[in-house]
Amino acid sequence: MKTQTVNKTQVAEKTQRIAGSEAIVRSLMAEGVDILYGYPGGAIMPVYDELYKFKDQIHHVLTRHEQGAAHAAQGYARISGKVGVAMATSGPGATNLITGIADAQIDSTPIVCITGQVPSHLLGSDAFQETDIVGISTPVTKWNCQVTKSEDIPEAIAKAFYIAKSGRPGPVLVDITKDAQFGELDFKYEKCKGVRSYIPIPKTDPETIIAASELINNAKKPMIVWGQGVILGKAEAELKAVIEKAGIPAAWTILGASALPTSHPLNIGMVGMHGNYAPNKLTNECDVLIAIGMRFDDRVTGSLDTYAKQAKIIHFDIDPAEIDKNVKTDVAVLGNSKESLALLFDALNKNTHDSWLQEFKDLYAIEFEKVIQSDINPTKEGLTMGEVIKQINIESKGYAAIVSDVGQHQMIACRYADFNVTKSNITSGGLGTMGFALPAAIGAKMAAPEREVVAVIGDGGYQMNIQELGTIFQQKAAVKIVVLNNEFLGMVRQWQQLFFDKRYASTEMTNPNFVAIAEGYYIKAKKVTKRKELADAVKEMMASEESYFLEVCVEKEGNVFPMIPSGASVSDVRLS
Amino acid sequence: MNEDIKSFTISIYTENHIGLLNRISAIFQRRHINIESLTTSQSEIEGVNRFVIVVNMTETNTVKIVKQIEKQVETIRAYYHEEEDTIFTESCMFKIKSDLLFNEPQIQNIIKESSARIVTVNKEFFVLEKSGRRNEIESLRRDLNVFGIMQFVRSGRIAVTKEQMKITEMLTAFNNQ
Repeated sequence: MKTQTVNKTQVAEKTQRIAGSEAIVRSLMAEGVDILYGYPGGAIMPVYDELYKFKDQIHHVLTRHEQGAAHAAQGYARISGKVGVAMATSGPGATNLITGIADAQIDSTPIVCITGQVPSHLLGSDAFQETDIVGISTPVTKWNCQVTKSEDIPEAIAKAFYIAKSGRPGPVLVDITKDAQFGELDFKYEKCKGVRSYIPIPKTDPETIIAASELINNAKKPMIVWGQGVILGKAEAELKAVIEKAGIPAAWTILGASALPTSHPLNIGMVGMHGNYAPNKLTNECDVLIAIGMRFDDRVTGSLDTYAKQAKIIHFDIDPAEIDKNVKTDVAVLGNSKESLALLFDALNKNTHDSWLQEFKDLYAIEFEKVIQSDINPTKEGLTMGEVIKQINIESKGYAAIVSDVGQHQMIACRYADFNVTKSNITSGGLGTMGFALPAAIGAKMAAPEREVVAVIGDGGYQMNIQELGTIFQQKAAVKIVVLNNEFLGMVRQWQQLFFDKRYASTEMTNPNFVAIAEGYYIKAKKVTKRKELADAVKEMMASEESYFLEVCVEKEGNVFPMIPSGASVSDVRLS
Repeated sequence: MNEDIKSFTISIYTENHIGLLNRISAIFQRRHINIESLTTSQSEIEGVNRFVIVVNMTETNTVKIVKQIEKQVETIRAYYHEEEDTIFTESCMFKIKSDLLFNEPQIQNIIKESSARIVTVNKEFFVLEKSGRRNEIESLRRDLNVFGIMQFVRSGRIAVTKEQMKITEMLTAFNNQ
């Protein structure tokens, strides 16, 4: 009898008559959301009213722009592996999310965006702040939907979270009309366990593991290039085990960075346009190229006609659409990287490739002499971006999460930052979104307050979302901000120098007093112009318990090398 | 590298979801591929829609596009076939002045030979309907054009495949999970 009573109460608790707006907030909480980023407005106001009621259980972070909310949700997701949530009103609120959504789509970041929409009877009538956000977001979302009935809210949100985080993650947008927010429903939340038309993780065919292991076991010069798929698949340990057992030199793409510690003896650096000399050059010398959770982006491959033509290609990926998309593979291993790498491990022979590894070391020595030395230990006048990153390494000991924006500073940060722990390189890879870093760093810091989060940003990208200093101040988010100021849109300027005869069209920046701006937001701030001030300034910043802004005036016309010119072959990587 | 461009019929089984047409057509648009014809209807399975899309492309690109379509959450399965692996038809309608039917005896022969069907006749016009291959429809259009056509419309291709489509099995497997 007693049990029955308990059950009855549980059932009564399970279905409650509540408003759609409350159902939205309760659904988010049921998905474990404790922080979300957003901006209120007319069509989402009922939800904000509920957020006010539930503010002890779910923390809404008011960003200063919806784009900031989307990037903050991305930063949250990238450092935690959980789904980030952004919320905005209809019309401009929703369209302002789009850049962040597109960024999350191309970088496979799980975020759920909730947008308000005009009441359903006004849909299609050009009502105030009406925009077809479902239509607009379709090409840049993994999935999206519009909810016009209150009773459909819990299921739509459950499906959104399931789709965002399962398989190859991505952004999902749920657009909810205002009448659906006001209307009532019998609320009962059930997590989504599957969608019949959707196979998140394709089955790994054991034959492909055998084929891959045979190629690897017989290889003389195998090389791994791993991407973010290792981090998304939580396969860092499996990757390490595979490369150690088979003694394979392993390189990473920009989003794969930090899955294996920088100092690991088999970590041979970054591939791609501004990656390391050795892995780029030797891509065209290896006999078996093992790509793991990466997608052969053009910034990685350079010209496809001359990319690893001599090698057998093995491609591990969760997304069948990536197989043969850019590079024709000899063996495709579908599945989750954690499981497929574990299977591969069992099939691999113990091996070493010392003379092959030595080739990487020899080329590294050349790169060090010609590029790295003058980047990180410069002797000439003018601070370099590289020496700033080196100072951060000294203070962080490789444990900070580096959130970089887009451009020269990003390449330098990815090249020189030490990473000892995974999920430490948060940057906009595929979309190359300037303005990403400042809000993403807020999201990262709030998701992982125990971690040191350092945003490294150029003077251009910083000014694309500089308003988020307000969010940092209001939230007391202890983000460290380093602006590497060269008074140029440096990467574009570098291309203008190299390929457009130094015609610096619209790349020179007349910048404001950044310290005064930071101080205007009550953020501790300092500006460094001389080498002798740098170490102490970085130390002070890293020691700060609160947010801290550090502007470092670096040489104006520094260039990032090595470089594979656009459309050139990886073996034509230039050192100067 | 110079792969032949061929006509492919892409068959897509999907959930009935608003906006999915947009999502699918965007995949073609991104690669600047012109859709020759597109039809969508209920499939043999209750609640499952079927798209039939005809494109002229290389097989390599067709494979890539089909995978990208299949990747969409609400796509159950997507396939592509060459013409000889499908049985296909199109249908068309002509609206023609009725007096021609009486004044131009040749028209009656054309109708008979083309196995077109008269749907309706009134004092002003009659409507002719025909299903068949594109070339048959085109030849009929050319023949009738000599006499004047008031309206002409042709549908997209509909096609069934010779290969078995195992959608029901796939959905059953999901339900049994």
